[in-house]
Amino acid sequence: MVQVTYIEHDGTTHEVDATEGHSLMEVAIEKMIPGIDGDCGGACACATCHVFVDESRLAKTGEKDDMETSMLEFAEGIEANSRLACQIKATADLDGIIVRLPESQH
Amino acid sequence: MSQAAVKSEESVIPDPYSLPLEEIDMGKAALYPAQAHWAYFERLRKEDPVHFCESEEFGPYWSITKFNDIVHVDTHHKQFSSEPQIVIGDAVDFQPPMFIAMDQPKHDVQRKVVTPAVSPVQLSEVEPMIRKRVGDLLDSLPMGETFDWVDRVSIELTTQMLATLFDFPFEERRKLTYWSDISASGPQVGDDSVTEEFRLQELTKCLEEFNALWQQRKAQPRKNDFISLMAHHPDMQNMDPMEYLGNLMLLIVGGNDTTRNSMSGGVVALNQNPAEYDKLRADPSLIPNMVSEIIRWQTPLAHMRRNALEDVELGGKTIKKGDKVVMWYISGNRDDEVIDRPDEFIIDRPKARHHVSFGFGIHRCMGNRLAEMQIKILWEEILRRFSNVELVGEPVRVTSNFVMGYSHLPVKLHAK
Repeated sequence: MVQVTYIEHDGTTHEVDATEGHSLMEVAIEKMIPGIDGDCGGACACATCHVFVDESRLAKTGEKDDMETSMLEFAEGIEANSRLACQIKATADLDGIIVRLPESQH
Repeated sequence: MSQAAVKSEESVIPDPYSLPLEEIDMGKAALYPAQAHWAYFERLRKEDPVHFCESEEFGPYWSITKFNDIVHVDTHHKQFSSEPQIVIGDAVDFQPPMFIAMDQPKHDVQRKVVTPAVSPVQLSEVEPMIRKRVGDLLDSLPMGETFDWVDRVSIELTTQMLATLFDFPFEERRKLTYWSDISASGPQVGDDSVTEEFRLQELTKCLEEFNALWQQRKAQPRKNDFISLMAHHPDMQNMDPMEYLGNLMLLIVGGNDTTRNSMSGGVVALNQNPAEYDKLRADPSLIPNMVSEIIRWQTPLAHMRRNALEDVELGGKTIKKGDKVVMWYISGNRDDEVIDRPDEFIIDRPKARHHVSFGFGIHRCMGNRLAEMQIKILWEEILRRFSNVELVGEPVRVTSNFVMGYSHLPVKLHAK
């Protein structure tokens, strides 16, 4: 199990145990965390799982590929630590990771 | 043969299983108002999901009919170009550029310019106004007598919204409806009621009116309507007139035909599925989920087209560089490998948002959140006022292989 903390825009915090290998989008859907839609089901094709990754773990989440970069272009309020949660797999390396959710998904 | 016999012969749509596969041409617009397309697509999904056809009307093209193949094509924009056209037919000589039919990098630049008009922040600002307009309109409708839902509600509400998005003179808003209908019709989508020449003539008038608005907005400080955003942005303010017109057509159709037909489609769906209507009355909190289900069930735009930039293997076939590829969203949304009981309308369907109506990838519908919000508010306000929006006659559907729409929907309202 990998511990992941999701913090909603209003500050509501959800600490969950994620199944290793599942994406942070899938985990959020499984745990019914509001604020992540994942409309495309994880194909990096809708940008409705935008999250801000806590800086301390950002490097460990890997590089964004071209598609993710393109899709993030169309999300709202993008920052340097913006990622699509469907592109981050829960691994032992990321145990304890904190991600914050935007006000709404585009 | 008598004239009448010829006519009736032409109007008969054959059983899809009576035809050799290669003769199945989903571009035939007559299939859609007759609702014959469902059985055709079902056969293709089963027997030939990536389907090639030499169409008399549209030339050779591929039909992509399965959900996951559609997502594949839609998300591989470097292999499948949106230029020069995103509908099945090729324009003869009137093809104004618009960003939906552009590739990167220009597409991204132009799309970003106009996105703020439909951003989540902007939407929360306009929500109270939309709710008030919907309420006022519903309160003005006659109770217990038959009227046309399409004209009085679906067209009126989407046109009001469009007028706001463009800050177009409100009293003249039906011009926008007219230009939208002209933009989305014509031979390229299998509709022979208007010619290319007529479209050019009418849309030139549209451009003239919008040119005046452009000058006006340019002289004013920047605000969040589409015209002002374009007129003040360095990347768009020097567009040539045809490109301005193209983008206007895109934004007008994008915000109009689509939501309009989902507003009508919801009434049709609930009337055909009375148990679902009962479920809705018993629990209005199902509305947001139902909105996604309506948009899937209706699929207001049946297809988007791409052009292969290289040879691509898909579903055991080789799509050749230069081939025309049509993604049939209307079929993907009925694919039982991805969607459980896809032909049924289920307002509390799990994962209702997982549909392909908005497309996926960089061209995904920019106004999807606004569309959902408008339809959500409409049903919230309907439930507050009426026990039933009863469909009292056959819906009249438009003839197109692109717009899945209704031109007439006779309804009667029943008080709560």
